[in-house]
Amino acid sequence: MDKTFIQIENLYKSFNHMPVLNGVNLNINKGESIVIIGQSGCGKSVLLKHLIRLMEPDDGKVFIEGMNLSLLYGEQLVATRRRFGMLFQSAALFDSLTVAENVGLGLKESRRFEQSEIERVVAEKLEMVGLSGSAEKYPAELSGGMRKRVGLARAIANNPEVLLYDEPTTGLDPITSDIINDLIVDLNTKLKVTSVAVTHDMTSAFKIANRIVMLYEGKIEIDGTPEEIKNTDNEVVRQFITGRAHGPIQVR
Amino acid sequence: MEYGVQSIGRRGVNFINRTGGLFILFGKFIVSLKDIPRSMGLIFEQFYIIGVKSLPLIIIISIFVGAVTAWQAAYQFKFIGAPLRYLGHMVGKAVIMELSPVLSALVFAGRVGAGIAAEVGTMKVTEQIDALDSMGINPIRYLVMPRVLACLFMVPILVLFSDFIAIMGGLVISVLGVDISTETFMSGFRDSFKLADFRNGLIKALVFGLIIGLVGCYEGFKTSEGAVGVGRSTTTSVVISCVLVLVFNFIFAIILFRL
Repeated sequence: MDKTFIQIENLYKSFNHMPVLNGVNLNINKGESIVIIGQSGCGKSVLLKHLIRLMEPDDGKVFIEGMNLSLLYGEQLVATRRRFGMLFQSAALFDSLTVAENVGLGLKESRRFEQSEIERVVAEKLEMVGLSGSAEKYPAELSGGMRKRVGLARAIANNPEVLLYDEPTTGLDPITSDIINDLIVDLNTKLKVTSVAVTHDMTSAFKIANRIVMLYEGKIEIDGTPEEIKNTDNEVVRQFITGRAHGPIQVR
Repeated sequence: MEYGVQSIGRRGVNFINRTGGLFILFGKFIVSLKDIPRSMGLIFEQFYIIGVKSLPLIIIISIFVGAVTAWQAAYQFKFIGAPLRYLGHMVGKAVIMELSPVLSALVFAGRVGAGIAAEVGTMKVTEQIDALDSMGINPIRYLVMPRVLACLFMVPILVLFSDFIAIMGGLVISVLGVDISTETFMSGFRDSFKLADFRNGLIKALVFGLIIGLVGCYEGFKTSEGAVGVGRSTTTSVVISCVLVLVFNFIFAIILFRL
């Protein structure tokens, strides 16, 4: 019934001879809200960046609706990337642009919209993330939580089919984290997008996911619903989700 | 011994990587030129930031370059007993053929090349370049092309200003400090002035601008490892730009100013 939207096949990636992804296989279905969990530095963000070819794999393939991402160039790659919206770990806002300009940049540079249309979309998206009054501010004037929300507004500006979240709650206090989690759930429901989030924040993972996978030693250790993850006997997973210092996971 | 050989080998590989990387970036820059019409706003913004804002610094260094050239020339003339009516000739030639293009380029590398490397490098480590890519915006068109074009056009324009101001600086010092008349200085300058020297100085400036812009962007794009990496890219960009400016200046001296 579910249709595979993203297919990751035997993905390998290493940095300075240190393997990070060691043969990852994963299918992501249309409409799913999948969360990839794992230790800091285990390759979650690296995996996420491969989904829109911000990184090239050493080996393996990523397919978007059957199209091999590695074989797309020029306009085809741009068109495929525009089907995605991404919230970066540090929000990655452009310092020299206002909030409104940040949110509207992708639309402006695509040259498919009139200025009035861009302004309407920017106002609509900023309202969705609760930042209507901050359109003319610069990123330096915003708090961490507000920056993430602007990043979110920018990610959804183009009405993407897939939203990628890289550590959406990292560096935020618990209340602001919960606001961001609510926003993600709300956007996923309202916009009916496929969403892929990477995080090590288990509160966030259980709140936004309808499927959780854990990345461990460069491979998928477990793949299941949040309930299955909570009740698993897998010691690696149990150590991670309960946050214990001792167990099979060795902190390097 | 083994470590020394390894170190030389690593430096050799780095040199080849960097040279190849610069050529690839130059190729991408050339391809991106087709998007000039849709990027006029970005280009003029960089013309202002890179060119207009560099003008005060170029004016200040040019005054002193002209002044010290005139003073040193007068000192040497006295030493060998050469007539001071050739002072305008000497200052004009030195400024137009060498001092303005080279010193302006070196100052430009320090001010603008470092700025580009730091800005692009910071964008790299804070994932802003990834953000551009993720939105389907080509970072070469959005970041590199406007900056390199601005350097390419602005260095020659700044050298034009520098030529004029340095000669004026030389004239003022010659009149006030060396005690020759304005007419003597200017007639020496006019008699020796060749349009080809002036043109060659501007051709050099064009190439220096291209080098500074490309190296700044390349080092910025290569940045990793946070603030330390940004600092390293900035320094490397200035060092490589300055060395390349001086190496190309020597090559131009041989090609353009035949003995």
